[in-house]
Amino acid sequence: MQQAQRLNTPPVDTGDAYLLQGETYTSISDSISNVPLTGPLKTPRGWFIGFTIAFALLMVYFVSIAWLFIRGVGIWGINIPVGWGMDIINFVWWIGIGHAGTLISAILLLLNQSWRNSINRFAEAMTLFAVACAGMYPILHLGRPWLFYWLTPYPNTMGMWPQFRSPLTWDVFAISTYALVSLVFWLVGLMPDFATMRDRSTHPLGRTLWGIAALGWRGSAKHWHRYEMASLLLAGLSTPLVVSVHSIISLDFAVSQLPGWQVTVFPPYFVAGAVFAGFAMVLLLMIPIRSWYGFQAYITMRHLDVMAKIMLATGMIVVYGYFMEVFASVYSGNVYEEYLLENRLFGPSAWAYYGLLFCNAIAIQPLWFKRVRQSIPALIVISAIVSVGMWLERYVIIVISLERDFLPSSWAQYNPTFWDWSLYLGTFGLFFTLLFLFIRILPMINIFEMRLMLNQERQRAAWYAEGTPKPGSHKGHDDHGSNPEKRTTGATAAGD
Amino acid sequence: MNVYPIRTSDALWFGAGANVTATGNSYQLVSTQDHWTLEERDIYRIGNFAAFRENPKVIAEEVYLEEYGNVGRPEYQSFFTGEHAYPKQAWGMSIDLTACIGCNACVIACQAENNIPIVGKSEIARGREMHWIRIDRYFAGNLDNPSTYMMPMACMQCEQAPCEIVCPVAATVHDYEGLNNMVYNRCVGTKYCSNNCPYKVRRFNFLQYSDIDTIQFTLMRNPEVTVRNRGVMEKCTYCVQRISDARIEAKKVAVAAGSQDYVIDDGVIVTACEGACPTNAIVFGDINDANSRVKKLKDEPHSYYPLGILNTKPRTTYLARVRNPHESLEVEGEG
Repeated sequence: MQQAQRLNTPPVDTGDAYLLQGETYTSISDSISNVPLTGPLKTPRGWFIGFTIAFALLMVYFVSIAWLFIRGVGIWGINIPVGWGMDIINFVWWIGIGHAGTLISAILLLLNQSWRNSINRFAEAMTLFAVACAGMYPILHLGRPWLFYWLTPYPNTMGMWPQFRSPLTWDVFAISTYALVSLVFWLVGLMPDFATMRDRSTHPLGRTLWGIAALGWRGSAKHWHRYEMASLLLAGLSTPLVVSVHSIISLDFAVSQLPGWQVTVFPPYFVAGAVFAGFAMVLLLMIPIRSWYGFQAYITMRHLDVMAKIMLATGMIVVYGYFMEVFASVYSGNVYEEYLLENRLFGPSAWAYYGLLFCNAIAIQPLWFKRVRQSIPALIVISAIVSVGMWLERYVIIVISLERDFLPSSWAQYNPTFWDWSLYLGTFGLFFTLLFLFIRILPMINIFEMRLMLNQERQRAAWYAEGTPKPGSHKGHDDHGSNPEKRTTGATAAGD
Repeated sequence: MNVYPIRTSDALWFGAGANVTATGNSYQLVSTQDHWTLEERDIYRIGNFAAFRENPKVIAEEVYLEEYGNVGRPEYQSFFTGEHAYPKQAWGMSIDLTACIGCNACVIACQAENNIPIVGKSEIARGREMHWIRIDRYFAGNLDNPSTYMMPMACMQCEQAPCEIVCPVAATVHDYEGLNNMVYNRCVGTKYCSNNCPYKVRRFNFLQYSDIDTIQFTLMRNPEVTVRNRGVMEKCTYCVQRISDARIEAKKVAVAAGSQDYVIDDGVIVTACEGACPTNAIVFGDINDANSRVKKLKDEPHSYYPLGILNTKPRTTYLARVRNPHESLEVEGEG
């Protein structure tokens, strides 16, 4: 196998490559696996600072939960009529963020989008941690959280099953399936890399632990064959989940009869919103990490560009959803539905609606231009605005609809309290603590898929050097790496 | 505002030399209702006696004319085919808006009967009052001399109850007499039922409102009604304990007479709000009984239920308010 020397000068990122020039199999394995293999004392100082802040926020989370359990959900700002406040807003927000990871790992795998290889594992980890943050909220929001298991069907002396007509019961299945499948998919994807880590580790303890995690992976053709099958099957399982999870969460609202909730466009609109928010978060996290760890060669400007495009596309679907909501409200001929629009535009919480229109509809428009999509400061700013905008969207849907429904006598305002905010802040602690542990302990970029990508890039370069290939003139000519045989070639675990 | 310092026992009702000056401080006032217009919604129906005598259906017809363009209303469509059967009693209530004077006696009677906790000013400020029945108050007309509309509102005991289908643990369910029952022990507190209730009559124990530690308070409470703990939803039960009591007594009489079939006479069950109402605006009874007072009231042409468009089929209905003011007292914009 050809072993090129690394270039002495760093390659220039022209914005049209998914893997920068000058990388070799060894350099890929080295630079990615060195991060977790570094001794504890040589951990970058920045990591310690970040982890400390995240861990402190995690303590805020625990304190908020402890006080919640001691006193009850009355420590929050919810009331009658606004029975769901920041608890459910944050739940939907977090679970939405997770969707980008599943889209990247499952749908883009099935579509043979090999560019996803370098962001796949990180996005999938982000999914898991976001689901962990989200999944706690439906339990915490209960008046009697210690009885949350009553929502699951299990044989019990009460002779009771959950009430299956309730979307909250569907949520239990949707979220637990999602968390489980995402976790399994992520762990299966890590196996070949665990083997690489095992082989590269010099410390006996490291070798043992990585060895256990690798489950005896030797990189044989049979292993790879089964691995490919398992990946495809799990991707097939995950793909419907990308659509179903947020569809079902949208049904929490769409099934009700509250104006502003009972909107038939909700399922697709929520799924698009989830992917939209998710890609904003991936960008927001990946841009700093790629520069801190020097992964610019693997996560190139082209990656950022493509993610920005997906963000723009899903953002426009969400904007279509906003139009549909307005249309449904005006066209309904129903005084309660019509008032919903009036309340959003001129009601006491109108600031949230205007904020959402600015963040999700106007702020993303510059992404039509390549210059903006490949500008790091612009992407950070837009992604941050989108993250805020998607939070506001849930605020508009949940809170504004509840504040003013049918009987004007019941109308009331919702005011979040200190504990609403501290719990929200605390979930960031949980998220970033897990994320910092992940980037420190596990290879955050898929090593073998990067080697595969290098192989594909080289083959492509070779073909172009020979002259433009005729279709089918090269056996196994496949830019996308769907051919298992060829995937194996470039991806032998620890083969370099 | 505390005025007791100037109300001495020497002169309880008179004071001299007092001045009122603005302190510049602000003081929080709380209310259980923050919005007082009807927003042109078909919630509170009202009509004039002269027109009503001429055509008893005029009040409903006016509403339908505005909403649907003709004097009848289209038959509401429902996904739920097949009515539930209520072979014995079917409890219902009728509230006469002409008779209601908004005195709040029903609210207090209900609070005493059903061990409803008093939550205090700070919780009221957050919108967490616990009253199972409330008097909705709406104003209309001239700002200087508005017309006031009083509307008692409690759980409507909908036959197609929106709260029931969204509860994940079946904590709010229908019984064979058409009551929408709240099972406290089963409730985990998702609050979804309240969100989906168009009448917003459900009340939630956001905190531990009932003082269950002070042993003396047990003497204060109605022993036939559960004291609720934090984290569960509650709402009007149509005084289900009184219904049960009457049913047991009726069964005892039937068994003594050697019969399996018990009869509960109209008027035997009096709900707390009904018993306290000084104007008999609230009437409770069995709507399966053609001779019951409540059935007759429900058959009145001006009987209606608010938010009829939702087709929740509430057991509580209202009799539209019929006014007969003297011309010189008629306020502009009334009606």
